[in-house]
Amino acid sequence: MDNQKLKEKVLSFVPNAEVEENKQYLIVTVTPELLHNLAKKLKEDPETDFSYLFCQTGVDYGDSLGVVYHLESVKFRHSIVLKTKTTNRDNPQMASVYDLWKAAEYHEREIFDLLGITFKNHPDLRRFFLDESWGYPLRKDYVDSTNIIEK
Amino acid sequence: MTEEISSVVEVDDQEYIINFGPQHPSTHGVLRFVVNLRGEVVKNLQPHIGYIHRGIEKMCEKLTYQQIIHLTDRMDYLSAHMNNEAVCLCVEKALDIEVPERVKYVRTILDELNRIASHQLWWCSFGMDMGGQTCYFYGLRDREKILDIFEETCGGRLLLSYNTPGGLMWDIHPNFQQRIKDFIKYFRKKLPEYDKILTGNVILQERTKGIGHLSLEDAISYGVTGPTARASGFSCDVRKNYPYSAYDKVDFKEILYTEGDTFHRYLARMEEMRESMKILEQLVDNIPAGDFTAKMKPVVKLPEGEYFQRVETSRGELGVYIISKGDKFPYRIKFRSPNFCNLATMNLMASGFKIADLIAISGSMDLVIPDIDR
Repeated sequence: MDNQKLKEKVLSFVPNAEVEENKQYLIVTVTPELLHNLAKKLKEDPETDFSYLFCQTGVDYGDSLGVVYHLESVKFRHSIVLKTKTTNRDNPQMASVYDLWKAAEYHEREIFDLLGITFKNHPDLRRFFLDESWGYPLRKDYVDSTNIIEK
Repeated sequence: MTEEISSVVEVDDQEYIINFGPQHPSTHGVLRFVVNLRGEVVKNLQPHIGYIHRGIEKMCEKLTYQQIIHLTDRMDYLSAHMNNEAVCLCVEKALDIEVPERVKYVRTILDELNRIASHQLWWCSFGMDMGGQTCYFYGLRDREKILDIFEETCGGRLLLSYNTPGGLMWDIHPNFQQRIKDFIKYFRKKLPEYDKILTGNVILQERTKGIGHLSLEDAISYGVTGPTARASGFSCDVRKNYPYSAYDKVDFKEILYTEGDTFHRYLARMEEMRESMKILEQLVDNIPAGDFTAKMKPVVKLPEGEYFQRVETSRGELGVYIISKGDKFPYRIKFRSPNFCNLATMNLMASGFKIADLIAISGSMDLVIPDIDR
């Protein structure tokens, strides 16, 4: 499926999704509430069949925290990028996509560890690299007066 | 520790918990498994990582793109050249730079040399994990020849840092092509020795066949890549699916098996070494003349936007995701490392097998711990 058809498909699932296209991928931005629903449809629809989550990234955009999902269909070899953002920095919450792609288990634990985003319905959300005494180092407002010195 | 694990799995009085690592020789670094055992049988396994988490992604946010190259070496140190290339390709894609043909050829050749060297080291350490000390000497003897080629051209033996955005640091050494041809001739003779000493060995076959099965569905769902996934039949070779550098000009076979057990993961890597030699043969005489780098500004600033590049390292798919705000530093850089995703299947594969099989399974995954921790 090319990007144009994918775009129509996504808009038929979620009519108010923000869709843009860069040189590589079609990028779809939705609210955290709608994300799991859209992801589920994209995975289960036989025409899109996104079976492979090849990257999941947590990003601190400054005013908001977000998660970026890179999806690929092993059968059709087309890709799409899903994005979701929340402005709640104190208690950011997203729905886990572990039930759709098992790869999300570790990716989400990593994002929780480094950015402090919690995922609902994740089977085992614990710190991964760091222990409880750390903050969330990949956040832009993270302060470490010994190791990070701003000139 | 008991509290830690009992939050995940129920432990009854028949089961006990042992620590496997972080100093166990077969974990090849500082990886720790907390293993629930009933007798000798693994019931549950939880990896604990982070012993060498250096925060490479955070550090990169304050480094220029030329500096980042040198940090990527330190992730999967056995695929140093592929890691460098991933960042370079991503930056070149963002800047819309077409690198000279010569660069593409040399990069591909070094990729494949690096892949062979990495698989050789995997082969000898896998042999040693299984109790065959001799393999280590055979593997390292041949790997030395590749490291000498690296040393002559790149300066480094393990951490190459030979790539730079736009091309290569300097031109190849005059001996480069001849030495590779000599190496292929030499290694074609030596590779059957590997089969004689280990592949056909009854003990190895007994210990690996039917052990640690990974199904195709699980491989795709867990995002497993590299030879580990191809042994399960998941066609995930980035070199084939999304060719970069000179991979669209060479003819090679993607090694696929359907069995998905430890023995076929072993075979997949052995066959990949043969395929890599085929690629080298096709390229080594045809390196075009020309510049070794495209014209680049001393300060590389990526235009605002986001860029993704996928490359195939020795262990699977490495993804580099750069978000740029138009600065000379990336706003956010993410490395999707193959080992991190492959590790997630350890519990699935080892559960139900004996603790000795756990060593065979983790050996066949070829984990490099700094790549997991980053």
